Amino acid sequence: MAATVDPPRTQTPTPASAPDEPGLERAAEQAESRRGFLIGLPSLLYLVVLFALPLVIVVVYSFATRSRTGRTILADWNLSSYARLFDPLVLEIGLRSLWLALLTTVISLVVGYPFAYYLATRSPRVRGVLLVLVMIPFWSNFLIRTYAWRVILGRDGPFVRFLEPILGTEGQLLFTPFAVVVGLVYGYLPFMILPLYATLERLDFSLVEAARDLHATGWQAFWRVTWPLSRPGVVAGSILVFIPSFGAYVTPEILGGGRTTMIGSYVVRQFLSARDWPFGSALSVAILAVMLVAAVVYFRTRDREA
Amino acid sequence: MSLTDTSGASRPLVADDSVIRPKRGVERLLAGNAWLVFAFLYLPILLLFVLSFNDNRVVGVWTEPSLRWYRAMITDSAVLGALRNSIVVAFISTVVSTILGTAAGLSLERFRYRGQRTYDGLLYLPVIIPDVTMAVMMLLFFVQAFDLLGAMLGVSATFGIGTISLSHIAFNISFVAVVVRARIVGLDPSLEEAAADLYASRWQAFRRVTLPLIAPGVAGGALLALTLSLDEVVITSFVAGPGSTTLPVYVFGLVRRGVTPLINAVSVLMLVGSMLLVLASLLLSRQRNTT
Amino acid sequence: MRLRRTKVLAGLLVLAVALAACGDGGDGAGDAAAADCEVGGVDGDLALYNWSDYMDPELIEAFEEEFGVTVTEDFYPSNEELFARVEAGGAQYDVIVPSDYMVDIMIQEDLLLAMDFDLIPNAVNLDDDFTSPPYDPDLEFSVPYQWGTTGLGVDLGVVGDAEASWALLFDADVAGELTGRVSILDDPREAMAAALFWLGYDPNSTDEDQLEEAADVIAASRDWTAAFTSDQYSDLLLGGETVVAHGYSGNFLDNFGDDENYAYLIPDEGAVIWTDNLAILATSASPCTAHTFVDFILDAENGAQLTNWTFYASPNAAATAFIDPEVLENPAIYPDEETRDNLFFLEDTGDAEILFTDLFTRAKS
Repeated sequence: MAATVDPPRTQTPTPASAPDEPGLERAAEQAESRRGFLIGLPSLLYLVVLFALPLVIVVVYSFATRSRTGRTILADWNLSSYARLFDPLVLEIGLRSLWLALLTTVISLVVGYPFAYYLATRSPRVRGVLLVLVMIPFWSNFLIRTYAWRVILGRDGPFVRFLEPILGTEGQLLFTPFAVVVGLVYGYLPFMILPLYATLERLDFSLVEAARDLHATGWQAFWRVTWPLSRPGVVAGSILVFIPSFGAYVTPEILGGGRTTMIGSYVVRQFLSARDWPFGSALSVAILAVMLVAAVVYFRTRDREA
Repeated sequence: MSLTDTSGASRPLVADDSVIRPKRGVERLLAGNAWLVFAFLYLPILLLFVLSFNDNRVVGVWTEPSLRWYRAMITDSAVLGALRNSIVVAFISTVVSTILGTAAGLSLERFRYRGQRTYDGLLYLPVIIPDVTMAVMMLLFFVQAFDLLGAMLGVSATFGIGTISLSHIAFNISFVAVVVRARIVGLDPSLEEAAADLYASRWQAFRRVTLPLIAPGVAGGALLALTLSLDEVVITSFVAGPGSTTLPVYVFGLVRRGVTPLINAVSVLMLVGSMLLVLASLLLSRQRNTT
Repeated sequence: MRLRRTKVLAGLLVLAVALAACGDGGDGAGDAAAADCEVGGVDGDLALYNWSDYMDPELIEAFEEEFGVTVTEDFYPSNEELFARVEAGGAQYDVIVPSDYMVDIMIQEDLLLAMDFDLIPNAVNLDDDFTSPPYDPDLEFSVPYQWGTTGLGVDLGVVGDAEASWALLFDADVAGELTGRVSILDDPREAMAAALFWLGYDPNSTDEDQLEEAADVIAASRDWTAAFTSDQYSDLLLGGETVVAHGYSGNFLDNFGDDENYAYLIPDEGAVIWTDNLAILATSASPCTAHTFVDFILDAENGAQLTNWTFYASPNAAATAFIDPEVLENPAIYPDEETRDNLFFLEDTGDAEILFTDLFTRAKS
């Protein structure tokens, strides 16, 4: 991977004068890792105080009991909230969320990758403008944008009209899983484009040229050179799209017409509608655990490959 | 500052005019895809814009053009106050989380030290956690923290812009870090080492070499943070205090009464405002480049 | 060295934000006994926590002017968020506007201040129908603010002169003809209540068999129901997306305007009546101002001004004289006596809330 970046052409770098004595070397190494730790320390402290500590509260709540009025009783610690996780209803909703989030991620990648590639191959000035143009729609109001999709996908909207020969006169797009996926892709496409752009922009295209010089076809050059080099962006983008889509709840509620319940809506319902904070907490802890395990497994296998 | 200010050391690899573009046919496909993406992104925006001039209070039904909602907007102190709060929170949380998130990204990708894995995992949690869970836990946490502050230091703290910003920063750090790290991975560290030998200090090396190299990642992260902050509703409504309602929270509160095109008008105002800002920054950077 | 300076700077910035969180909070307790107050007395500024777009700004201005205090108004999107905020102790407000069942819950949790009605002489203006609601039988903790019903908005062009009945949502012969053009509220209690009415049961039933039956009715209606939605249902109706919509009275009426193609129906089998209520938080920092504010809203002319602005019915009998005739004469806002006898409050069902939520979630997907 280090091959991505060539040293600057303008000067020949003087080799870093590594100290010869091993003791000194170790000292330098230690200083270096201390420096790294110190750079990360403010954010680490911030996250520990303003995220990890609050998270402990949720974990504690997940073992508590709901009172008759919906208050959380911090006594009688039990596992009953966790037992409810294996309810077929929860599993069904979980699987549906997984499927829709996966679909959203794949579509975002297929659309977002060439887009980011296009962006990265423009001149620097155009690049900046285009990137901001991608983000500007998202500085309006979220609800209003989603309601606009309701009109667009509605009975009198252009898509239903256009697809009438296929769908028939009773055809419907709004309030279907299709509408939910459209809404999710719309909402999270920039999350895919931004990291992809960040990696592709850095890509040394002379490597692609070199590959072409070695008689690789355009496709081969892409598959063997560009794609592997842009892997970090693909991974980051997929994480940023997959995870929020998995937990999404406003989009499925508004565009799915409440018929496509996803896990995010179900969690919201526990906290707000049923006022069952222990079960809502248990659900959240379960989601965090599953995602973290998935991430660890993914990174382990990747490291083994590398 | 321009978002992709890539002058100087930022692109030591390829001179500006040597950007290698794909072949003709592929180029056309890419351009076509780009146009489609922009059409997709702006279709609802166009509709939202048109409907803001609709006289009818029902969002989807057109009657006749009017400036009714714009007139209503400039006299509506609740909406304008909410808009101001949104902008203040977005600004604070974007600046702070971009700095902290970038530092976290650098620290994790550039250095090796013990406990890094745990830090790594912690950094991903705010991305994974459902909004409402974070909302509940932040609320409970602040209540506890305020009690503690009051008992120990005699400081009385209240919910408001401060608590909203603190919560937004907490999740934004992670989002910024994810984008910045995607950029850092694979950057050649020897570049920075070489620079370190050339320049007097690590800081200079960082500023002159590393920072420009990761700038697009940082800019992307900042854009993401800004967007997330401007749209956040659940966490915000849980940790808001008197006088600190943000625009999304206000709009969600309208749901029961019916959202009117007034909100479309506010959205248009925000869109036009941000476009003007971007334009201004472009003009400024051009001026700076020519002088 | 330089690096350290930026770090310090970053730290300072964080600290600044943290400090911004700490303002001059109230003493945090409503120790000031309400008994010390006088009628029309004030003991500080007022923080009002309300639904969006639910208070005429001119009334706020008038109150500020008359009593020389500042009113800060904030907004919440749902009763449940209000409850969460208040219960956790994070709501530094004086007056809140919870709906009926939420008043009940908040009373049980000791979150509300018992009102001193000596300080609210205008309470005599209240309509007799609202002086002993089931959620606060003696009106000790709350005063009704506005009320309405939950019924059906219909497109007369399609539905024609259909009977006012829940059959429009649940009967396969009636609603079945309207495939994909019906919407039901995405609220476990409201949707289940509609089904329970249709089956002839009590909307507050906790009988598991009856609830299962109601859930089956909702599940069967999925074939023709386009959406379960609690927002913009009247927009969907007016936009032609749906022709029958289950929703709250005020929302429909506000949107229908003078359009005679649409009507709001209160089904004959019975329907839900709801109130939003003024209540003072137990932690209020200015309970005297809060009482004065409640009294101010209960004034006949002020109550009328509110209703003329919101299009919701007023529980204030004395205000009737000042309410616009077009509002008063609208049977959907002010139903006749016969219909009003057939309206029921949704009451908190305790543990059964979980059952309602689960059955409904299962039924709709």
